[in-house]
Amino acid sequence: MRTISAAEITEAVARLCIRANTLLPEDVDRALDCCRQSEPWALARETLALLQDNLVQARERDLPICQDTGMACVFVELGQEVHIDGDFEEAIHQGVRQGYTEGYLRKSIVADPLRRVNTEDNTPASITVRIVPGDQLAVTVVPKGFGSENMSRLAMLKPADGVEGVKRFVVDTVRLAGPNPCPPVVLGVGIGGSFDKVAALAKHALLRPLNEPNPDPFYENLEDELLKEVNALGIGPQGFGGKITCLNVAIETAPTHVAGLPVAVNVSCHVTRRATEIL
Amino acid sequence: MQYRLTTPVTREDLAPLKAGDTVLLSGVVYTARDAAHKRMMELLDGGKPLPFPVEGSALYYVGPTPERPGEVIGSAGPTTSGRMDAYAPRLLDLGQAVMIGKGARNQAVKEAVVRNGAVYLAALGGAGALMAASVKKLEIICWEDLGCEAVRRLEVADMPLTVILDPHGGDLYQSGPAAYLASLEKK
Repeated sequence: MRTISAAEITEAVARLCIRANTLLPEDVDRALDCCRQSEPWALARETLALLQDNLVQARERDLPICQDTGMACVFVELGQEVHIDGDFEEAIHQGVRQGYTEGYLRKSIVADPLRRVNTEDNTPASITVRIVPGDQLAVTVVPKGFGSENMSRLAMLKPADGVEGVKRFVVDTVRLAGPNPCPPVVLGVGIGGSFDKVAALAKHALLRPLNEPNPDPFYENLEDELLKEVNALGIGPQGFGGKITCLNVAIETAPTHVAGLPVAVNVSCHVTRRATEIL
Repeated sequence: MQYRLTTPVTREDLAPLKAGDTVLLSGVVYTARDAAHKRMMELLDGGKPLPFPVEGSALYYVGPTPERPGEVIGSAGPTTSGRMDAYAPRLLDLGQAVMIGKGARNQAVKEAVVRNGAVYLAALGGAGALMAASVKKLEIICWEDLGCEAVRRLEVADMPLTVILDPHGGDLYQSGPAAYLASLEKK
């Protein structure tokens, strides 16, 4: 048994909120650079160069990469041999409160979906916990912007729709989104599970580094095919036209019911942010 | 083509602009998002004046991050403009000339743009640090209770923008991807 204090968790979450919003993960940065080099359309290439310039300015001037500093989605892998001294969830909320205030990040959360009063400190965090073997605690902060979140979709397909039905749904989602989610986008795709599980799978897929394909060759191949089909739409960076509409497709799957084929697409933007610390 | 414009602008200033052109915009730009637009509609419904001179004005759909001490503004890229579609035609008919945001607009907005000789310009979505660099002065002019959605008066210099909807019915979100796809067929 190892003890981790609530205060340590709070400090880590606060640091991660600031880091995730200011520094793009290296794999996303590299994917943008790689795509710019392979973009044949001049306006699209110029647009991608400006997006890269924005990353430099954010880093040098200590500014958030994007003004939508997001809903703080916090993913915790909690070792089963860890004892937490204090209130675990409150420690995370406090970390978000501290990070968003001290980091001059935007407070974008309303306390109630219909009555819409801002909580003024970006809490509560959206917390997902998984209990894992070991005595460590891994915490990842994903600030999720809603320009892209709003373009996400879920469908309960029929098993007969099969892989073609899944592909059609994913490509249609990007076509319908058009310029709105700040392309080039990153797609997290969930397939299987239940109505709630498939959305969680799609969100979880966005945690995977862009240079890591699905370990199952069948799904790695499907990720490649989807990326090609989405990029054949021609939407391009910012929707101005071009080859690069999407940087990466990541698929996560789960066993499902004989009668169902749930599919969910969580759309993320070129500022796909995440930062992790292990305690 | 690249154009330099200074607000307030006239119909004549905007007439040469075509979808796909770039604009370096200077002068005063007002910020407003969903909540501020809703309040502006309530003012108009009550027969009251808008909180800024509307003729020839530019509205930027943005909710910036809080500015650090000594800084003019935080990160300040555009939000998705479609959420303002319900309000935009009424403001354009009253004289607003420039909308700045990102993302698709509905048919009613496109028609209002043509009817009034206005334009819809895109700022770079997700590039808040870059967009902030062109803002030289910031002042909250009303509805401070709306936080990042309060109406701000910005003074901008050479703000880099791209023409999406032009006064002649052009739409870069249609013509840009179509031109790219056509270039593939030619090969």
